[in-house]
Amino acid sequence: MLKIGNLSKSFGGLKAVSNLNIDIKDGELIGLIGPNGAGKTTVFNLITGVYEPTEGEILFRERKIDGLKPYQVTHRGIARTFQNIRLFADLNVIDNVKIAYHQHAKYSSLGAILRLPSYFKGEAEMEKKALELLKVFRLEGKAREVAKNLPYGEQRRLEIARALAAEPKLLLLDEPAAGMNPQETHELMELIRWIRDTFKLTILLIEHDMSLVMGVCERIYVLDYGTIIAQGGPDEIKSNPKVIEAYLGEEAI
Amino acid sequence: MHSITELLQQLVYGLSLGSIYALIALGYTMVYGIVKLINFAHGDVMMVGAYMGWIAITVFHFPFFPAILFAMIVAAIAGIIIERTAYKPLRNATRIAALITAIGVSLFLEYGGMLVVGAQMRTYPNVFPETMYNIGGIIFKFGDIVMLVTALVLMLLLHFTVQYTKIGKAMRASSFDMEAALLMGVNVNTTISATFAIGSALAAAAGVLYGIYFNSIDPLMGITPGLKAFVAAVLGGIGIIPGAMVGGLVLGITESLVSGFGASTWRDAVAFLILILVLIIKPSGLFGKNLREKV
Amino acid sequence: MKRVSILNRKNALTLFLVIVMYAVIQGLIVTDILPPLYTSTLIQVCVYVILAASLNLINGITGQFSIGHAGFMAIGAYLAGIVSVKFHGPLFLSLLVGGIVAAVAGFIVGLPTLRLRGDYLAIATLGLGQIVMIIFQNIDYFGGAAGMQVGRHINWSWAFWVTIISLVVIHNFVNSTHGRACISVRENEIAAEAMGVNTTKYKVLAFTLGAFFAGVAGGIYSNYMYFIQPTTFNFLTSFNILVMVVLGGLGSMTGSILGALIMTVLNVALSGIPSLRMVITALLLIIMMLFRPSGLMGTKEFNLNFLEKKGERNVA
Ligand SMILES: Nc1ncnc2c1ncn2[C@@H]1O[C@H](COP(=O)(O)OP(=O)(O)OP(=O)(O)O)[C@@H](O)[C@H]1O
Ligand SMILES: [Mg+2]
Repeated sequence: MLKIGNLSKSFGGLKAVSNLNIDIKDGELIGLIGPNGAGKTTVFNLITGVYEPTEGEILFRERKIDGLKPYQVTHRGIARTFQNIRLFADLNVIDNVKIAYHQHAKYSSLGAILRLPSYFKGEAEMEKKALELLKVFRLEGKAREVAKNLPYGEQRRLEIARALAAEPKLLLLDEPAAGMNPQETHELMELIRWIRDTFKLTILLIEHDMSLVMGVCERIYVLDYGTIIAQGGPDEIKSNPKVIEAYLGEEAI
Repeated sequence: MHSITELLQQLVYGLSLGSIYALIALGYTMVYGIVKLINFAHGDVMMVGAYMGWIAITVFHFPFFPAILFAMIVAAIAGIIIERTAYKPLRNATRIAALITAIGVSLFLEYGGMLVVGAQMRTYPNVFPETMYNIGGIIFKFGDIVMLVTALVLMLLLHFTVQYTKIGKAMRASSFDMEAALLMGVNVNTTISATFAIGSALAAAAGVLYGIYFNSIDPLMGITPGLKAFVAAVLGGIGIIPGAMVGGLVLGITESLVSGFGASTWRDAVAFLILILVLIIKPSGLFGKNLREKV
Repeated sequence: MKRVSILNRKNALTLFLVIVMYAVIQGLIVTDILPPLYTSTLIQVCVYVILAASLNLINGITGQFSIGHAGFMAIGAYLAGIVSVKFHGPLFLSLLVGGIVAAVAGFIVGLPTLRLRGDYLAIATLGLGQIVMIIFQNIDYFGGAAGMQVGRHINWSWAFWVTIISLVVIHNFVNSTHGRACISVRENEIAAEAMGVNTTKYKVLAFTLGAFFAGVAGGIYSNYMYFIQPTTFNFLTSFNILVMVVLGGLGSMTGSILGALIMTVLNVALSGIPSLRMVITALLLIIMMLFRPSGLMGTKEFNLNFLEKKGERNVA
């Protein structure tokens, strides 16, 4: 599904990601962890075309995606959420979702201007799909509410719903549980597993909450100073001395 | 253009004009550096300065230097008033709201000025003797030399103020990182007011020089040089003081050369063309660094 | 599921009100009750309604910041004028050519400049508007700085219906997935791009469409005004349009219409005292930004939804 080879990214003198290799198979649920500033978000930004790699390549379903614009990457089938929530804050919940359906819209600007039948059909279909998706995330009751007025946990869920509306094959979640209480985190864990199975997705998620990562991920990559220092199943990772050191080292500061 | 002498002559004209642009551009750049606002009204502050100089010379019969000083002081006060009443309440508003306000202030000064002094042009008094120096076929007017020297002295003065005085250091700190400056005990409000005062004073000086250079003033005189000075500021890299000086001179010289080539009706278009090319090719200007939003 | 169709109560009522408005005014004109000055004002209202609505598409809906709209108006005015005067073309063609050439200009200009953000884009569009003006000043074919004689080829009926059609087109575009794509650019460009919206495409599309209608408005203007001059389309005109949009509320189409109406009437009423008029405009702008920066309407729309039964409500 996703194959990252020798990927590097420097910002000026700082090497945020260096010589990264990641290989993800169809249907896997993978965790990407590491201390603050390890370069995790940068990896997401590289995959989604926000940044161009300094070196290396990214293959998605056997095709090169590095060098594409972010929206093109999304069209290829990768959608993401953001660490610092980036909803369309002043729009209502359902419009947030509909915008992500835009690439699948079945009518043209001209169809919209002339209000051709294709417009009405397309809009009705989008409305239906959006509502179904909101139902999955228990947000259908808030469809007409303005996104920024939702509680934090619901904003996080809405961001995932929105990403799913793009109908991706690979979903990237950047700290989806950040700011959630243990109860919400637990529910989110269930939800993530459930959407992976229902939507037949591959998921790569960044998370600081170890219980979530260990509980839900089948395989984990550990990033420190831009390089992978360990990978494997949750139990392997837990007992890996390098990982312990990286995390303890951080705590010691 | 027929000869090297003519070319050099155009360069000399361009230098005078350019130094005026540079003086105005400095105000744009300083204000932008600190509050990230394109102060559209800056050209009109220059107009206010030009009128103050005109009043000082024709009504109070001041000689050149006291007149320019008078204009600078009045404009500095005007600058502070504008900042405090119109811009300060919007410091945390969107940049678009601030920009629209600046457009409003600009229109207010232009047409308010028209109500006060009338729409007609006024002839600027001749403050300098008509002496000319001919050096190798190139003509230097006495007035042009005084203007150039005045502009240079003011720029040097500004440079020393910004580099070595307390307020200058506060200005640099605030423009680098306003919040950090605040934490370090810089009085940001005073610093911003000082920036507007200094910028406006320089614009007023430019206004007096502009009036002398073109012999006439009117309430809308600030618009075109204001826009062009902005071009100069962008050209040099907005927020960068030496950039504004270089940008102003480059623009003045370019304009003189375009006029020299007999295309004077296109002169203004050239300035805007430069603006757009700079914005598209290197928005950070000749001396600026590119910055990107972090995701 | 909701029934969404063009034949709903709201659309029927809107159409009815529009026809009544037209009929009343047309009646007053035909019976010579309405003095010519008022007719001229009404046509100016039409011109500025189109200009404000089209600028709102760029600045309010798509969140870009163009302040050179008069440049596109000028292109439309001059080319429509040429079609009317030099080629004796029909009015419809005149307006269409004006709009299309303005749109082409908008596309060419938009492609490189729309990468710029906020105030940089503002200043670039301002510069472009001035360049357009200077170009017309320098081309003798268009009458140069002295201006161009156009004559009068349009009446109230044409102006009114062209305005209505323009508004319907803009409204239909905005209220569609393509309009939502534009709004997503305004709301959060990075997120929009990540959700698969080609932000550059929609910025350029909105800019081109906006330029097209500015061109059409310019065409109405020149076909009515007998005579046009490059300086008519200077940046003060651009600012004037901007004031209308901001006054009405960036992002609100009905707001733009309201803003255009208020400002045009104010401008005509105060045309005897031009300086004072501009001072009032200026103060209005400053006070607006200080006390109600979201304008009269914010991003909301005035609509007839409240007249409908619950559950039949259209999805905006
Ligand atoms: N656009 C940028 N310009 C310069 N440096 C950047 C940029 N983006 C990230 N960095 C730097 O790259 C490094 C890695 O950042 P990144 O955001 O990827 O870390 P992270 O692992 O996601 O950390 P966190 O857990 O805090 O989210 C950091 O040192 C950061 O400052
Ligand atoms: Mg991160």
